Amino acid sequence: MGEKKKKIIKTIKVDVDLCNGCRACEVICSAFHAEPKYSSNNPARSRIRVIRDPLKDVYVPVYAGEYTASECMGRDKYTIDGKEYDECAFCRASCPSRDLFKEPDSGLPLKCDMCESDPDLEEPLCVQWCITDALTYEEREEEVEEELEQEEMEIGLEALADKFGLDKIMDTVARMSVKD
Amino acid sequence: MRYAETGFNLEIDLTRGNIERVETDPRDTELYLGGLGTNAKILWDRVPPEVEPFSPDNLLIFSAGLLCGTPATGCNRTIVSTISPQTELMAFSMMGGFWAPELKYAGYDKVVLRGKSPNLIYLWINNDKVEIRDASHLQGKGAIETAELIQDELNEPKAQVAAIGLAGENRVYFASIEQGRSSASRLGVGAVMGDKGIKAIAVRGTKDINVAQPAEFMELCNEVLEYIKFRNENPIPGVMTILQGLGSPQEMATHDEKWHTENFMWGNSRVRRRDFWNEEIAKEWKETMESMQTRLISCYNCPMKCGATITPTGQPTYMMKCFSKLTYTMAAMSDLEFGFKIAGLAQEYGVDGYSTPQVMAFALELYENGILTDDDFPGMPSDNEGRFYWLLDRIVRREGIGDVLANGTYWAAKEIGKGAKEYAHNTIKKHEQLPLKLSMLNPVYFLMYSTGEKINITQIEGQFPQAPYPKREHREAFVKDWFQVPDEKFKQYFLDWEPRGENSNPYYPTVQMSCDIVDWQERMHYIDDALGMCSGLSSFPLKPPYHMHNYPKFISAGAGIEMDEDKLTQAAKRYRTLVRAINIRRGMRRADEKPPEDHWKKRFPELEKELLDTYYKFKGWNNDGIPAKESLHELGLDYVAEDFVQRGILTDSEDAPSKETSAETEKK
Ligand code: SF4
Ligand code: SF4
Ligand code: SF4
Repeated sequence: MGEKKKKIIKTIKVDVDLCNGCRACEVICSAFHAEPKYSSNNPARSRIRVIRDPLKDVYVPVYAGEYTASECMGRDKYTIDGKEYDECAFCRASCPSRDLFKEPDSGLPLKCDMCESDPDLEEPLCVQWCITDALTYEEREEEVEEELEQEEMEIGLEALADKFGLDKIMDTVARMSVKD
Repeated sequence: MRYAETGFNLEIDLTRGNIERVETDPRDTELYLGGLGTNAKILWDRVPPEVEPFSPDNLLIFSAGLLCGTPATGCNRTIVSTISPQTELMAFSMMGGFWAPELKYAGYDKVVLRGKSPNLIYLWINNDKVEIRDASHLQGKGAIETAELIQDELNEPKAQVAAIGLAGENRVYFASIEQGRSSASRLGVGAVMGDKGIKAIAVRGTKDINVAQPAEFMELCNEVLEYIKFRNENPIPGVMTILQGLGSPQEMATHDEKWHTENFMWGNSRVRRRDFWNEEIAKEWKETMESMQTRLISCYNCPMKCGATITPTGQPTYMMKCFSKLTYTMAAMSDLEFGFKIAGLAQEYGVDGYSTPQVMAFALELYENGILTDDDFPGMPSDNEGRFYWLLDRIVRREGIGDVLANGTYWAAKEIGKGAKEYAHNTIKKHEQLPLKLSMLNPVYFLMYSTGEKINITQIEGQFPQAPYPKREHREAFVKDWFQVPDEKFKQYFLDWEPRGENSNPYYPTVQMSCDIVDWQERMHYIDDALGMCSGLSSFPLKPPYHMHNYPKFISAGAGIEMDEDKLTQAAKRYRTLVRAINIRRGMRRADEKPPEDHWKKRFPELEKELLDTYYKFKGWNNDGIPAKESLHELGLDYVAEDFVQRGILTDSEDAPSKETSAETEKK
């Protein structure tokens, strides 16, 4: 077991009751991530998207989460307070089942990086631009058990090894490197 | 590279079904900015005065403003321009919402429509793919319903749809174009859309909009946001509720019904009910508002949430903004619940919330006075509210008397005859106005009503307080942080303005001051309309975040056009003059420039003449309101002067009109 370690938990709190559907969060997120910074904007590239259906009073700002290569086995569909939400409305994944959270031209996945920048921003930009406070920001410190963080490839390889056995994988890798 | 704008227009010939993507000339952007400015240029160049509103040669232009789609807060207006069936002059109606930025992201600044489609169609603009699609299955459908059906059949919930309802299809002269929470309602732009056979335009765009100087532009945007926060926390004291804050204005968030119901006129703009309001009504209306309103909602990239979703009992949800919450209520002498109910229906039909109630109240007044009779209203219910529903239905279907009324009060009165003209008493340039009747002439408002070519007072007024503050100390407090003034002299004008005595209406503000004030007010609206800015954050409210001092910087950093206050003033003057030129060429003259006779009880013909004489001169127009050659030359509009001379509107040698114009009515 590892030692105790301090970690900053960054949370964006979303109060859907305060959202007015303006999409300012999308505008500023896409401008911030433009190259060079702020040189263009395009909500289709934003890492936050507002699922918005005013006549049904549906307003859900959703943040882009992990990329997934395959869609879920089933879909979810929520009804809250009598309001029916679209399939997968609350899901953050950049998933093949929908065009959300993908670069419009390349299709590459988008992911919210909490406006990572140097120096750090005081607050993520979508929060700063949501002056109606549907989005607010909170940081807190938590003590966590230190674990050796596995790298992404390691996680994948481990999964393969579980399935096929380590020897078979080594064989395959050797064969592939000869072909290349 | 083009900045802020895309540099391309869509040119669509509906007769032939031809679609072209045309690159625009960046020099035009420099001269006319964009939005209204470049719309005016296109209309001047391509729609000669002989073209009737319902001719295939009339153009219908949907334009995004120059800065729409950039991160500038509240910059989301679509400017719809055409020749109005009602006034037969240039119409420019604006809508907020989400449509214009989406058009920009699709890669276009404007959609220019000409010709007429043989069958009802809708347009689907999806980035580079533009299609003309059959809309026969949408015929007769409501405007909001149409938008939903189109999003469903395209499987594109993110498409933004501007659509007409039955009224537009039937070419009702005050038909609107509806787009979610917003609409382009004034001057019958929906009728022209219907005449061209277009049910809707759906847009989806996923391209970038660039700005020229990113860091500078963002800094300006952040300043504006900060100032909006400041203004939200610091309402302006001493003025009515909706003028205290920003927005277009905040009719949904505030309970200001007392003020409007006691100060605006009821019925056919006739009755003022000074002590209408009481506690019981206050309670009842508050309950109505709270039970029917679900949420306050904004336009694209704006925190102000001036609109609301409304669900009247037993009716579908719709979105409302501005003053339409009371127009039907007051015209029908009814209550807020009725107002909310009929407004929802009217929006599906797609009609203007200002003109429509007045047209109906006008019809009922004619009925009460025996000019129209039972024969004209077969089967009409006997209660007032029932009559309004009945009339609305006849009008949008153009059935029976509805066919006459569908042309608005001016044309209907003409057709009905028998003295009906006296009852169409609240129009300017043939267009219905807000139901306001006041006592003492206000020189600033006299000029705005007379010369405004948007023909709606809310589209020219703003920035300068509507009335003087009673105490000097309050006026001093007001001017202290009034940095938006383009010139310090405006502060003095306001400081010296008294409710009574020598420095009060109608002789104060003086004629010269009135010219200055109106010119400033109008200029800000024209700039907004070219940039695509919501007037609720700029020209309309007191102390707005956008003003003459930061606008040039926004244009420089955003569009990459070198700009300063003088150059911007000159550009706005240029296309403002071009709008007038279009209307002059279509026959508008001094005689058309007057408020309704009964707008004020106390009138001052000599002062009014002096005001108009001086203002015309100040604007560089001759005594008939025609832009003079010299001022046209200064603005680089020699082509207008040449056209005027050719048509005999101006003579070669001088600026006086060459022939006696029928319009001249000033008694010497
Ligand atoms: S900026 Fe805030 S209010 Fe606007 S859409 Fe995003 S979350 Fe909603
Ligand atoms: S936190 Fe930053 S990266 Fe994440 S959605 Fe908001 S603006 Fe975009
Ligand atoms: S101020 Fe109101 S009307 Fe104007 S853009 Fe913002 S929300 Fe829309």
